[in-house]
Amino acid sequence: MSNIGEARKVVVARILEGEGHASHAQRKAAFDNAGLVEPLRTMVDKVARSARTVTDQDVAAARASGLSEDQIFELIVCAAIGQAVRQDDAARAALEAATKE
Amino acid sequence: MRLAILDDGHGFGAKVMFAMIRLFSGQRVVDAVKLVMYRPDFYGGPMKQVTHEAMRGPSAWSIGDRELMAAFVSKVNGTEFCIKAHSAVAERAYGDGGRVSATLADVDSAPIGEPLRATLKMLAKLAREGSVDANDMRVVLAAGTSRTQIEDALAVSFAFNVTDRLADAFAFAVPGPKVFQAGAKFLLSRGYR
Repeated sequence: MSNIGEARKVVVARILEGEGHASHAQRKAAFDNAGLVEPLRTMVDKVARSARTVTDQDVAAARASGLSEDQIFELIVCAAIGQAVRQDDAARAALEAATKE
Repeated sequence: MRLAILDDGHGFGAKVMFAMIRLFSGQRVVDAVKLVMYRPDFYGGPMKQVTHEAMRGPSAWSIGDRELMAAFVSKVNGTEFCIKAHSAVAERAYGDGGRVSATLADVDSAPIGEPLRATLKMLAKLAREGSVDANDMRVVLAAGTSRTQIEDALAVSFAFNVTDRLADAFAFAVPGPKVFQAGAKFLLSRGYR
C-alpha cells in the first residue's frame, strides 16, 4: 500500500512552521480558513470551498491590501492544503468507523 | 497565472531548465511545472513526495486506475487543466481512451470494475461535500474494495484536492492536446518526483 502519512506531515509542517514571507499566524489562519479579515477572508474561503470561483479581482484585492505576491502564494497554498487535510481526515475517520464494527 | 512570480520569478537553475524544455520539446513549460519549481523548498519539493507516493507507490490499484481517480476528482472540482492532464495519463496507462471518457461521462455505466466504481463515487462525494461518513465507506467495502485500497485512493484524492485548488486559484493556462500527450508520456516514465 502507498503511505503518504509521513510525507503529508512534512508538507504541513513546512508550510506552517518553516520560514516564509507571510507570518506563521497568517499561514495558520489560511490553513484553518478561520480568523481572517477582508479581503483575504474571501480569497482564502474561495480557495478552500470552491477554488474555481477565485477571480483576478480576489487576488488583486489581496495585493492592494499590502500583501506581496510571495505572501499571497503562501496563503493560497496553505488554504488549499488545509482544506484537503480536513477532507482527508474526515474520510479516514469514516473508514476507521466503518471497519471497527 | 495570476501571480507574476509563478511565471517568471524562478531561480536561475529553474529558468535554465525551462529554456531547455522549450528548446527540446518546442513547447512552453506547463503551469503545473512552474508551480512546483517556484520556491520548491516551500511547496513543490515536499508535495512532490506526497504525489509520487500516491500515484506511483505500491498499491493494489494500477497506475491507470489512480490516474483515472485523479482525473475524476478533478472533474468534480471542475479543474480543466487536471482533468485533461490526468485523462491523458490514464488513457496512455490503460491503452484504452474509451474507458476514461466513459467514466468521466457517467461513472454508473462505465466499463470498470465495481470496486473502482464505488471508490470513485465515494471520492466524488468527498470532493463535492467535503466529507463522507461510515455508511459511505461501508458501500465501498461491500463492493469488494479492501481497506488498503480505500486508503490508497484517499491518498490520490488528497494530492488532487490540493493540486486542483492551486490550479484554479492560480489560473493555470490550459494548453492543447499535444502538450498533454507529451506530459502523459513523461509522467508515465518518470513519475512525479
